[in-house]
Amino acid sequence: MRYAYYPGCSAESTARDMHQSTLAVAESLGIELVEPKGWTCCGATAGHQTDRLLATSLPAANLVKIQNLGLDCIVNCAACYNRMKVANYEITNNAEIRKNVSDAIGQNYDGSVKVRHFIEVLLEESNLNQIKKNIRRKLGGLKVACYYGCLLVRPHEMLNFDDPENPKSLDKIVKAIGGEALDWPYKTECCGGGLSLSRTDIVVKLTDSILEMAKNSGADCITVSCPMCQSNLDLRQQDIKKQKSKDYKIPIVYITQLLGLALGISSKKLGFDKLMVPAWNILDKAEVSANG
Amino acid sequence: MITISKTKSGRGLKDAVEKITGANLSMCLQCKKCSSGCAVAKLTNSRPSEIMRQLHLGAGNELLESDIIWTCVSCETCSARCPMGIDVAAVMDALKKLALEKGASKQQGNVALFNKAFLKTVEVFGRTYEMAMIAAYKLGTGKFMNDTEKFPTMLMKGKISLFPSLRGDRKTVKRIFRKTAGRKESGQ
Repeated sequence: MRYAYYPGCSAESTARDMHQSTLAVAESLGIELVEPKGWTCCGATAGHQTDRLLATSLPAANLVKIQNLGLDCIVNCAACYNRMKVANYEITNNAEIRKNVSDAIGQNYDGSVKVRHFIEVLLEESNLNQIKKNIRRKLGGLKVACYYGCLLVRPHEMLNFDDPENPKSLDKIVKAIGGEALDWPYKTECCGGGLSLSRTDIVVKLTDSILEMAKNSGADCITVSCPMCQSNLDLRQQDIKKQKSKDYKIPIVYITQLLGLALGISSKKLGFDKLMVPAWNILDKAEVSANG
Repeated sequence: MITISKTKSGRGLKDAVEKITGANLSMCLQCKKCSSGCAVAKLTNSRPSEIMRQLHLGAGNELLESDIIWTCVSCETCSARCPMGIDVAAVMDALKKLALEKGASKQQGNVALFNKAFLKTVEVFGRTYEMAMIAAYKLGTGKFMNDTEKFPTMLMKGKISLFPSLRGDRKTVKRIFRKTAGRKESGQ
């Protein structure tokens, strides 16, 4: 299958590992991803906290480029995915917004480009079968806390991604590759998202409680599909150690990194070297060295 | 206990918030699901359900000083759980906008400054550019040392880029900012 792939700004900075592992997994499964030329920022949290029209127009500028390619759009960053789906919803259901957005981006856009999260595509029967057929390394019962955060699942009526209170999409992938998806209660709690720099105090509190719950649930690692969740949970373990003398050492990995390992892709290619908390326990289970 | 001061019109901020969000605030039942699910309510003096009630009762600009407005992490749990389908998180966004427009905000932290720095790099480069954003943000806060110990590792790991990406369609993004900048929605 061929899709337009919107990487999002994090793919060029904090989430290079997410981007690399997405491309590697897609290649391995024969999913062709086309990057729309000249894609720009979706506006993220700062956008919607500032102005509704700005927050709708920034994703729309990308969606209209993808419309011209005639392809469905795949997004792997939960934040970009959220903004694009919300923009589509607003543009489709509100004629005034549609008119104002078209004026702002200088082209008519009707909200009709289909936006899908990469996980949704991976869970299609044909791709799931392909995954099961191509497993090279089993994760050996690795205990994984699947963490969905906010932006993948809310607002449900606009995103339609899984169950908003007890999603299971990541769990299904973890099970398919031989891991144990833990039953734990903090799947959709908030990590503090975009407030990492502006309210670090809150982010430290929220990530601490999520990490504590993961630890108490027996997690070897937490898997995510959002660059903000990854960065907050990974990076802030240093602050929690300093401020609260709690040293979790729980690796925070993208689902595409775990899946890539199982598909036999080298850990280097999947960006495991970019994690702040090293994932030796995962690499050991998958019986590969960090050099792949 | 909730106290509000009566505004001249008696309608306070309610109309402006409804106009921005498209929500009907009178639908609120005060079931307080928004507050019980709120990720930050235990850290703030005000709670989402109280804000909803105050708006309904005709609170004016003094409401814009509530600490929850800038503590809200936009997790949208409140909106997801509202039995009446009110987008409470959008109400918080609207209050942020009104607070900035009216200069009435007694901010907790530097969320508005961060948002401004973030969006400025998007406006200039078409995509976010962390180095410039962090520099602008730190200049604004004056807290230069926060998180600096993490920079060398993040740079080495390629988690922060030295240079901006210039491959985005900057022309369209500039047009969007020109068309949407400074839109006042308070109607005053």
